[in-house]
Amino acid sequence: MTTKLLAGTPVEVNEEGFFVDPDVWTEDMATELAAEANIAVPLTDKHWQVLHYMRKEYFEKGTGPTVRKLGKSSGVTVKELYQLFPKGPAKLAALCAGIPKPRGCV
Amino acid sequence: MAQEPKKLLILGGGTGGTLAANRLRKKFKASELRIDVVDQDNQHVYQPGLLFVPFGLAEPDEIVRRRNKQLHRGIGYHESAIQGVDINANTVSLENGEILDYDVLLVATGSVLQPEETEGMNGSQWLKTVFTFYDMEGASALAEKLDTFESGELVINVIDMPIKCPVAPLEFAFLADWFLTEKGVRDAVTITYVTPLDGAFTKPVASATLASLLEDKGINLVTEFNTAEIDNEGSKLVGYDEREIPFDLAVVIPLHGGAAYVEESPGLGDELGFIPTDNATMQSLVAPNIFVLGDAADVPASKAGSVTHFEGEVLVENIEAFIAGRELTARFDGHANCFIETGFSKALLIDFNYETEPLPGHYPFSVGLPLLKESRINHLGKLMFQSFYWHGLLPGRDIPGIGSDMPMSGKDKDLVGAGTTPASATEKGN
Ligand SMILES: Cc1cc2nc3c(=O)[nH]c(=O)nc-3n(C[C@H](O)[C@H](O)[C@H](O)COP(=O)(O)OP(=O)(O)OC[C@H]3O[C@@H](n4cnc5c(N)ncnc54)[C@H](O)[C@@H]3O)c2cc1C
Repeated sequence: MTTKLLAGTPVEVNEEGFFVDPDVWTEDMATELAAEANIAVPLTDKHWQVLHYMRKEYFEKGTGPTVRKLGKSSGVTVKELYQLFPKGPAKLAALCAGIPKPRGCV
Repeated sequence: MAQEPKKLLILGGGTGGTLAANRLRKKFKASELRIDVVDQDNQHVYQPGLLFVPFGLAEPDEIVRRRNKQLHRGIGYHESAIQGVDINANTVSLENGEILDYDVLLVATGSVLQPEETEGMNGSQWLKTVFTFYDMEGASALAEKLDTFESGELVINVIDMPIKCPVAPLEFAFLADWFLTEKGVRDAVTITYVTPLDGAFTKPVASATLASLLEDKGINLVTEFNTAEIDNEGSKLVGYDEREIPFDLAVVIPLHGGAAYVEESPGLGDELGFIPTDNATMQSLVAPNIFVLGDAADVPASKAGSVTHFEGEVLVENIEAFIAGRELTARFDGHANCFIETGFSKALLIDFNYETEPLPGHYPFSVGLPLLKESRINHLGKLMFQSFYWHGLLPGRDIPGIGSDMPMSGKDKDLVGAGTTPASATEKGN
């Protein structure tokens, strides 16, 4: 566990950089995290749509959605998701949305 | 006046539906509980056997039996596709027009393959150079293809999780290595295993063991590859990150989702058609009188017959408690075990649950079968499993000494902590 300064506020994150407490997240923090991950900022409306959807799902279900679920229900297609958050959309979007890494499948 | 029997309706007559029906039939008199099973066909496939069909190690008719014959006397059988469940009215409509009502519903309709969800998979090369062994049609067609396949690029690709038996694609790679070696053409074939995961398998200790086995056998491993498209003309997989993997023969594991009717049943399933289910009790989270067993449940355990078997014991106790109006006290710990065929008449065995990843050692006690290590005895175990499936697991007989909880006594506990990941941390990379 380490502390990271985001938008002027110290935030606790785990080894992989995911928030320990999703409640402390702000949109400014998301912008900083996205820039760190080489996503062009300011973020587009589509980015925000995904990030807010991730948070909503997390608070309702206790885990962020996987790429497939995002593609089915966030209103953004899987292809677009890979354009918005290259490489691993669910992981990267969860990171920027200040929620834990989505639980995958075994 | 005698009371009417309660009605238990079981959707799906596969591994889970059959074993639950048989176990519950033994627990209740006909005057107490009426049990009905619905399935769309009457061909019960021993699915682990599909792995052997492409290599001529099993014939299709050796691994199929009639579904209704696996059900004990006193269990009703309806052969029709399910159209939808009305979770408020407690009714199920079937394609043949029947409407069945229930007091307790058990959803055991497993998972279905969705090749149409991946661009190009159902394209011009389907069953020509692009195959799956995850159903009978594909496995049989692949057997013919492998007969004449003697050189080129063999690519095995898992499109995305979840899939049934997550080790089966690896086993396919190991068996292909053995098969092509026996044929004397291994040097002319490149085998590449392509996965969306960040390693060979989901769990760290087993993933490392399996990755080194792949390496020993000269099988290439490509990780974090997310297939966007199968390019039929160009004979290549194309990733969302624009990486390309050419193939002469592609063996793909299509996306999996819940049974088709789930989407037509408001409030029953999640986006992928799986049923939100309590990890421990197997009671659904959508209605108290709906239980779920096997691949249909969204619990964070492997979609495997062994899991279905262990869940089944817990489920039966809890359905009994539910019908009696008692609290549900039986708890499933996520226990899974699988034999992994590694070719050349050897196999390894892994055993794990929600909390503990597969560890080396022995199963179920320190003198048992070797864990996470190749051996001939594990290969025999895998072969014997089919007989146990028809004669032990489906009829609902207990195996002496093997309960549903994962045993810890034969395991190498030194590795706990070093690599152990609780279920909540067994994430996947994207
Ligand atoms: C290639 C392969 C290898 C495997 N190897 C292993 C292994 O080595 N070890 C292991 O433990 N597991 C293995 N498995 C997984 C195992 O077979 C499944 O996890 C297990 O069968 C799940 O049981 P279930 O009852 O949930 O589903 P199933 O046994 O698949 O049963 C579901 C039933 O529901 C019916 N159904 C679906 N939709 C409808 C509908 N709309 N209307 C009516 N009926 C419907 C289907 O016809 C089916 O009979 C393997 C699977 C495959 C494909």
